[in-house]
Amino acid sequence: MKRLAGLCALMLLLCLGFGSATVFAVQPDEVLADPRMEQKAREISAELRCLVCQNQSIDDSDAPLARDLRLIVRERLKAGDDQSKVIEFVVARYGEFILLRPPFSAKTYLLWLAPLFLLAGGGYLAYRVFHRGDRKPTSIPTPLSEDERSQLRGILDGKQG
Amino acid sequence: MIVEIGHFALILAFAVACLQTGCVAWSLWIGNDEPRSIATPAAIAQCFLLLLSFWALVHSYVVSDFSVQNVWTNSHSAKPLLYKISGAWGNHEGSMLLWVVILALFGGAVSAFGNNLPARLKSNVLAVQGSIGIAFLAFIILTSNPFARLSPAPFEGQGLNPILQDPALSFHPPLLYAGYVGFSMAFSFAIAALLEGRIGAAWARWVRPWTLAAWMFLTIGIALGSWWAYYELGWGGWWFWDPVENASFMPWLAGTALLHSAVVMEKRDALKVWTILLAIITFALSLMGTFLVRSGVLTSVHTFAVDPERGIFILAIIAIFTGGAFALFAWRAPQLRQGTMFSPISREGSLVFNNLLLMTICAAVLVGTLYPLALEVVTGDKISVGPPYFNAVFIPLVLILLVMLPFGPMLPWKRGHAVEAAWRLRVAQGLALAAAIATFVSKPDSPLLAPLAMAVGVWVIAGTLAETAFRAKAFTAPWPEVMRRFANLPRSSYGGMLAHIGVGIAVLGITATSAWRAEQIVAMKPSDRLQFAGYEVVFDKVSERQGPNYQETFGTFKLSKQGEPLSDLTPAKRQYTAPPSTTSEAAIHASWAGDFYLVMGEAAKDGSSVVVRLYFNPLVRLIWIGALIMFVGGAISLTDRRLRIGAPARRAVSSQPTARAGQAS
Repeated sequence: MKRLAGLCALMLLLCLGFGSATVFAVQPDEVLADPRMEQKAREISAELRCLVCQNQSIDDSDAPLARDLRLIVRERLKAGDDQSKVIEFVVARYGEFILLRPPFSAKTYLLWLAPLFLLAGGGYLAYRVFHRGDRKPTSIPTPLSEDERSQLRGILDGKQG
Repeated sequence: MIVEIGHFALILAFAVACLQTGCVAWSLWIGNDEPRSIATPAAIAQCFLLLLSFWALVHSYVVSDFSVQNVWTNSHSAKPLLYKISGAWGNHEGSMLLWVVILALFGGAVSAFGNNLPARLKSNVLAVQGSIGIAFLAFIILTSNPFARLSPAPFEGQGLNPILQDPALSFHPPLLYAGYVGFSMAFSFAIAALLEGRIGAAWARWVRPWTLAAWMFLTIGIALGSWWAYYELGWGGWWFWDPVENASFMPWLAGTALLHSAVVMEKRDALKVWTILLAIITFALSLMGTFLVRSGVLTSVHTFAVDPERGIFILAIIAIFTGGAFALFAWRAPQLRQGTMFSPISREGSLVFNNLLLMTICAAVLVGTLYPLALEVVTGDKISVGPPYFNAVFIPLVLILLVMLPFGPMLPWKRGHAVEAAWRLRVAQGLALAAAIATFVSKPDSPLLAPLAMAVGVWVIAGTLAETAFRAKAFTAPWPEVMRRFANLPRSSYGGMLAHIGVGIAVLGITATSAWRAEQIVAMKPSDRLQFAGYEVVFDKVSERQGPNYQETFGTFKLSKQGEPLSDLTPAKRQYTAPPSTTSEAAIHASWAGDFYLVMGEAAKDGSSVVVRLYFNPLVRLIWIGALIMFVGGAISLTDRRLRIGAPARRAVSSQPTARAGQAS
């Protein structure tokens, strides 16, 4: 039950500890002066995992570690890094586990290609079914004629028609 | 004493479930139909026993009987009554009991109302239902007993996690389970049909009401959960692609596919083997959802390995049921007669396309959810698969599906013309194009996907209305004729149309919220003014009040728009003592244009200001209204005469030969 709830409870335990009172992730003092750069920081943050939480991005999490990561992202942006540089920087320190969108690599071929394969495979199967229909068009059986019916009745009654 | 009666009823229900399945097995063994007649009363008895057992648990929660371990761990005497009751299923043991209660209710419903079913099919269905009951009752009795006692009884309970103390979340689990477990009916019918080796249009008609009911519950259950997350978790999101959410979304996708393929089977006697397979898959996904949430495997593979008893048990249940079902399918399916043929451009063809897309989406969600687990087990590498992955895969597939949606109902059965269908939808195409242009012009800096997605939402709604108009011959026939045709449309058509309109409405809400959500984080001092999203907020004061089982600090914010006062917003932070924790309550001013959403955070160190986070979520309400319309559509479809009557066609056919024979002799 409680889809999120169980996780949230856990999340709360992990990230806050009982009795703590923070609710938000990004605090006013973190926000960059340049709105464009801030927007970019938010976009990057949504791609990075809060490492001590259950399935939360650093943009959503109020754990101290998430805050540190948000600050790092913003520092790198201020230093003039673009999105890919910032992400490279973070991955170099925390590993690929931090990426919520795993990169396309030998480890994740199956992850990224599975939907395509399934769509193609399913499409092929459907095509086969339709194709079989073309080769062997079934017709609606024509109803018995009156003659045939009486013949059948005869057979059913045990007399040869 | 009541607790012991509950425990005893639970064990007795297990025995009755064994009888329910055993009598049918015995019948098959001795080749005599007499013993199988026990299945019907057994299912009803099982239902009553489990209701009794469940009542006993709820009763011990209501009276706060802390000598019961489960009550002690999850309840507190100061909790409001509603949360005492919902606390009964707000934990592992209680929620598993609820699971089997709902299973037994469905079984009991088939027993009581399934009089139109052939006796053999009915008892076979009940036998399969019974076997699922055996497995899960054994699981509860052996690993998760909700009636375990404590001695000496503690004086006070530990309390329920405050985040679960919410009206929406009280009803969320029962609805979700009614959906999950309801798909067991489709599964049982599929197995029963495979056992008999006979299947046809009548089967689809029998299965459809149960599948539809399950789908409705799941739809509304998921929507309720997402609404709860939206207002309770305090950051205004409504879907997180969380594994626990995915666990309920996968059966929904498969169930939606099943509803559509069952239509083909009912109307055209085609896609039979596929529909059976889909029924098995849907329930397998429901079981997997139960496993994912209940075993703790999602938290970490290691937690699972440390305390594997419950997880392994459910895994074994899944292995036996899905493995057994697939084996039976592989053995029997080739013997099922293939149905009629149809062209790809036809109603059937469009429904095949619908199934292909829905199942691909479902598989993508499955892969995304399980891939990190599988990779870690196989290679030890840890990766994260989060919302960016799911959005990247889900959005394109869903858009393709929705673009094709209005064509389906416009195509005739067997063979149709794409151009003709497109021509009938010309008004809808115009409206969709207009929506795209309007979006692009009015919000030029929005994401590229936004105009497209808004157009798709309008396209689905307008296309569905066009279908209704086409069927009623609006604009082509005289009005009295149109009204008559409109009134005579079968209820299942109305239901389908409403459900599709609901989808379109939800798409509009989802797109608007995702693309144009505004957000601001700011520290405010009392009497500070703030302009945000066309509203004006004045921070009045912070005060304290006492709730039934919490202490609340709440802020008062005066909200106005263009000088006109709207309402006072009172976001709060609640301090619960049992268990000690804090929740944050968002304040929402809802309107059709969107929700003004305000959360109050930490007060500054010197106490002079508080951090306030504001959101404006445009059209967000439409997401849940869309889901509600889908639910209502399902309900209207459920009242369709053909579903209530059962199988008139079959009766008519079977009565004919006797009449003829009478004439002939």
